[in-house]
Amino acid sequence: MARWAIAIHGGAGVDPNLPEHRQEEAKRVLARCLQLGVDLLRAGTPALDVVEAVVRELESDPCFNSGRGSALSRSGSVEMEASIMDGRGRRCGAVSGVSTVKNPVSLARRVMEKSPHSYLAFDGAEEFAREQGLEVVDNSYFITEENVGMLKLAKEANSILFDYRIPLTGADTCSALAAASEKNHGAGNGMVMNGLPISIYAPETVGCAVVDSTGACAAATSTGGLMNKMNGRIGDSPLIGSGTYACKACAVSCTGEGEAIIRSTLARDVAAVMEYKGLPLQEAVDYCVNERLDEGFAGLIAVSGTGEVAYGFNCTGMFRGCATEDGFMEVGIWE
Amino acid sequence: MGWAIALHGGAGDIPRSLPPERREPRLATLRRCLDLGVAALQAGRTALDVVELVVRELENCPHFNAGRGSVLTTDGTVEMEASIMDGTTMGCGAVSGVSTVVNAISLARLVMDKTPHIYLAFQGAEAFARDQGVETVDPSHFITEENIDRLRQAKQANRVQIDYTQPMEGQPPKDDNSRTGTVGCVAVDASRNLASATSTGGMVNKMAGRIGDTPVIGAGTYANALCAVSATGKGEAIIRHTVARDVAALMEHQGLTLRDAAEHVVAGVPRGNFGLVAVSVSGEISMPHNTTGMFRACATEGGYSEVGIWPDDGGET
Repeated sequence: MARWAIAIHGGAGVDPNLPEHRQEEAKRVLARCLQLGVDLLRAGTPALDVVEAVVRELESDPCFNSGRGSALSRSGSVEMEASIMDGRGRRCGAVSGVSTVKNPVSLARRVMEKSPHSYLAFDGAEEFAREQGLEVVDNSYFITEENVGMLKLAKEANSILFDYRIPLTGADTCSALAAASEKNHGAGNGMVMNGLPISIYAPETVGCAVVDSTGACAAATSTGGLMNKMNGRIGDSPLIGSGTYACKACAVSCTGEGEAIIRSTLARDVAAVMEYKGLPLQEAVDYCVNERLDEGFAGLIAVSGTGEVAYGFNCTGMFRGCATEDGFMEVGIWE
Repeated sequence: MGWAIALHGGAGDIPRSLPPERREPRLATLRRCLDLGVAALQAGRTALDVVELVVRELENCPHFNAGRGSVLTTDGTVEMEASIMDGTTMGCGAVSGVSTVVNAISLARLVMDKTPHIYLAFQGAEAFARDQGVETVDPSHFITEENIDRLRQAKQANRVQIDYTQPMEGQPPKDDNSRTGTVGCVAVDASRNLASATSTGGMVNKMAGRIGDTPVIGAGTYANALCAVSATGKGEAIIRHTVARDVAALMEHQGLTLRDAAEHVVAGVPRGNFGLVAVSVSGEISMPHNTTGMFRACATEGGYSEVGIWPDDGGET
């Protein structure tokens, strides 16, 4: 009999000046969602059902950037994406460009189980959601007042630059832009993630990785994507092998600068390093975060088939929580 | 050593009885595209430019499932996708749901070069194409009589079923690389830069909105400092096995040669599902497939070249 374990995240790259009450709120949501997963695992729920249930809960809470509370595209609308993977048989499902489905992760699961495909996007995904009878809501349900303000700030900062790896030049009066142009990675407000000063970048993607007491692994990830993203932009979250991966050895969910995660096929690489280099979970996670992430900022959570949990990130903070069968439980933000 | 190039026009159950009128135009296109790529490499073009150039040519050929000649969705429309990756910078670009852009691969390149993102899809990708002023046409340009027939046959055979793991009913069309067709090109140039590009119309009778492996970096396309890989076949299998990245991962993490890594990956995917073309930084080429055949071609600076469909189609030195 294997031992169950669960890890969750609410995004990597946290403004070090995030007000105390916001930190507390985020931790409360993480603790509640983690507890939901723990209760399900204790009741013998399969890993795949647990990751879906936990991510649904994270999507439904406006605190994080997925489902309600999703970041807004350039046009002010919400375009959500999600993926889910079952380590047994490596089955997977993914969706992008979802604008009315209350819980995109559940749509991703339907794609996996009820369609001949593994990835549906935009109108095709919406149509499939209706065929499947999933709960749909008006796009405005997902839009929070705070995110409307964030989009305005992001636009003022002229963010999502031509190339976010090139330091900002010709700064105007916006203080956020001035902060960004310091490009002082890893130190306070100067950190830029995906072209956004970290104070605007805000919490990101949510995800969950679980191994159940039968040793089955599963992972799921869901996001609203980048604030002020171009309409039609796809990030790492729906991409199997980048944002999400699960096999017999482990389950992984990533968050952070999507483009850096895609280039490094980060989630699959944790599994590949375990499989091909024979490293244990935490060493595989450290290796991937330190060696595979080029100049990008990201973080990830992972569980192994043998019941270990691990996480890693190379930026300031990651909203995260984890628990194992032997009673260990942790919710944290900073290193 | 030196430059090397490999390209494919899809893997599948290609019967040896494929009549000459279906075989020859495809072989001629492969030869022409190979010559084009070789000439560009000899002229000192970078691997990235060469793979884009060759895939554009393959897209323009109506006999392969990409660009003009793309297979049709269940609605009878064309939704093309493509991706490109530069192994030197690890930069990459991808598009899905493209319906009016003549060369989807060049749009993927523009996403890589001109946006802060890697991947744009559907209306957003189309709007970006218009911003960039790339050549667009009416969607009917991409639709061939042959593909209208293929869709009808597929619908009759109910080839895209609710559970694709169940056996398919009905007879596959006679030249069937339609379910699994894709075009792709990998190259290493004389300066040891690697690049990969892949483009497709997807699978015949696919649901509207379906995304396959082709635009997914790590699945259909991957390149780094060690190798460049372009995969073709059943997209869902390629995605879950992260096929293109896995060839590179085996070289990187286990020290395998390109050939051993590629064969290991092919052996791990259910038979009949896929093939790939790959080149290494040292100019090695591998083109394994576990289907009946794969439309493929390759050449090296050392003078080796090969154009073929079935496994025993030999090369020339």
